[in-house]
Amino acid sequence: MRTTFAATALALSVFGAAAMPAAAEDALKIAYIDPLSGGGASIGQIGLNQLKFIADAVNAKGGVMGKKVEIAAYDNKLNPQQSLVDVQKAIDDGIRIITQGNGSSVALAIEDFVAKYNERNPGKEVIYLNYAAIDPALTNEKCSYWHFAWDANVGVKLQALTNFIKAKKDIKKVYLIDQDYSFGHSVADTAVRMLKEKRPDIAIVGNEFHPLVKVTDFSPYIAKIKASGADTVITGNWGQDFALLIKAAGDAGLKVDWYTFYAGGAGGPTAVKQANMPDQVFQITEGVNNIDYKPAQDVIRAYFAHYPNAPVYYPRLFNETGMLFKAIEEAKSDDPVKIAVKLEGMKYPTFSSGDEGFMRKDDHQFFQPLYISTLGPLAANQPFDEEHTGWGWKVVAQILVQDTILPTSCKMKRPQ
Amino acid sequence: MVEIVFISTLNGVLYGMLLFLMASGLTVIFSMMGVLNFAHASFYMLGAFFGFAISRHVGFWPGLVIAPLLVGGIGMAVERYGLRRVHRHGHVAELLFTFGLTFVIQQLVEMAWGKLPVDYRVPPSLDFPAFTVFSTNYPTFKIFELLISVAIFAALLLAVKRTRIGLIVQAALSHPDMVGMLGHNVDGVFMLVFGVGAGLAAIAGVIAGPALVTQSNMAELLGPILFVVVVVGGLGSLSGAFAASLLIGLVQTFAVASNASLASAFGSLVSQRAQAYLGDIWNVTVAQIAPILPYLLLVLILIFRPRGLIGARDS
Repeated sequence: MRTTFAATALALSVFGAAAMPAAAEDALKIAYIDPLSGGGASIGQIGLNQLKFIADAVNAKGGVMGKKVEIAAYDNKLNPQQSLVDVQKAIDDGIRIITQGNGSSVALAIEDFVAKYNERNPGKEVIYLNYAAIDPALTNEKCSYWHFAWDANVGVKLQALTNFIKAKKDIKKVYLIDQDYSFGHSVADTAVRMLKEKRPDIAIVGNEFHPLVKVTDFSPYIAKIKASGADTVITGNWGQDFALLIKAAGDAGLKVDWYTFYAGGAGGPTAVKQANMPDQVFQITEGVNNIDYKPAQDVIRAYFAHYPNAPVYYPRLFNETGMLFKAIEEAKSDDPVKIAVKLEGMKYPTFSSGDEGFMRKDDHQFFQPLYISTLGPLAANQPFDEEHTGWGWKVVAQILVQDTILPTSCKMKRPQ
Repeated sequence: MVEIVFISTLNGVLYGMLLFLMASGLTVIFSMMGVLNFAHASFYMLGAFFGFAISRHVGFWPGLVIAPLLVGGIGMAVERYGLRRVHRHGHVAELLFTFGLTFVIQQLVEMAWGKLPVDYRVPPSLDFPAFTVFSTNYPTFKIFELLISVAIFAALLLAVKRTRIGLIVQAALSHPDMVGMLGHNVDGVFMLVFGVGAGLAAIAGVIAGPALVTQSNMAELLGPILFVVVVVGGLGSLSGAFAASLLIGLVQTFAVASNASLASAFGSLVSQRAQAYLGDIWNVTVAQIAPILPYLLLVLILIFRPRGLIGARDS
């Protein structure tokens, strides 16, 4: 028995070592830490698909400074503790560039961990690139020099959304429904505050929270929205919580406009189409497919050809990696210390429109043009549909970079 | 007020029946084999995906028949070649076996259909509002869901209480050796029961798939609520599960409709300092904790009435 065990162990370690990809010593390695199993797997997988696509494209052109880009994926199961284990694993694997996006709770944990690690390990600093977590705390009270955020935070997005709502005089009654955790509360609180400032005549007729991904039947919530007489609903819901909410609304025949953050996320457009709500669901993002900008559309076509069954992507990941590669080339080094210096204040033409965005030095928040769009049947000048539904996003408002800028409370501590 | 009560009752009954639809197979397997089948939700997911795949080629209705048969067959194979061997090692082994099975099935589904939600639609023949009350539509598909659920309940009850097979199944649970001596194929009976349980899960999947979201993590997301139904109803009791489903559906729906909190009920009686001390507990509304209430019910039932509402035995 014992010999068999020893033999197996030996065999496994030999084959295991042989099976490891021959990691070139001088590769540019990026650790991708996001959910690849469990409830968040669908969104985590999309980010990974896209990073691999970007790496392949760059490597085909000779890599970054002659180095091949390698993506190492770590499954954090959307769990902050597991994420820290993964960051440590990545560091042990010799990786010093870390990217993560899903879940602000995860992001806050990593931001804090990386800051402490860098303080204790001078000369081995790690840089943390956040492509999707948008709790304002990340770039305000909890801000860190080693953290860079590419998606507009909750405050910025709601600033833009409420400005849009301000001009729509037919909106009289707004209902808020959000997931009961830090992100959902920050959406609700910020929306209430901004609406009171900009449109004191609007009545907030409901401010509901429901447990995160635990609700199967949203019809009682829809009944409540209906009873409140709301004409508009604002929600930060994502994933199943968004899909089931919108489908329940469609079933009950609730006719309101929906202002969302993540209607375009995996499964969202499918649900909106099933609920049959043409041009009633709005989302705010840093870009959509149907912006008439050829360089982006060419890349999107190539991406969809590669992943026809998962035709969803994040423009912000293109911005993030583009700026990272630019910083490395400008610094002539992939040392995170030098990358961070170059990233601070960097100006960059954004993926979706080519309009220039910038990484604010004060808090490491990327500012970029934002787009409010609605989902509906494709018009003549709209080449892309979403998730093979035949419906696509149509831009109804573009928010210029200068109109997205909010002050920050960040007091950045820079290393000496 | 009348409006809220009426609509909540209706929503509660509809949701309750959906729960029973999903829990019936679990109850069948537990009450007749004594196996707590952790893979139940996985069979439910398989049903949804098979239903989806079949509906794309030959439509929803053939899917409603073929998918449960396929999944029932898979269930029987699992019983014959897996569970039966594990059975000798007792309940813990069975539990672990079905638990492991959930991961295998999830992985297979991901390999076949990916991780993104698929576009599984309600069939056009049922895709219209059945009726409208207080300007809220009730889709025909939900009424269909309810009818199927009631039909399954009636059919199971009849099969267990009024047919020979039901008699043999019940006898085989408590006295397998005796039933075997009488010339009945006990192993075959258990295999059939497991197949029926898996098939029922698949029916739930085919029907709930278009109504909810069909994706590779739907088994995981469905999760513990079904165990709540079975435990609250009384382990192994069909009528109990039926009653518990309705109860949970109604409790949850009415709770969501309520904006009451401790603060609104006793606000004037308690001093400001005590209120500040209680903090969140003081201000949280019933609506906010509604989806947690079934689990509270589970805990209370386990403490005060471990046999459940209509349970036959205490385990």
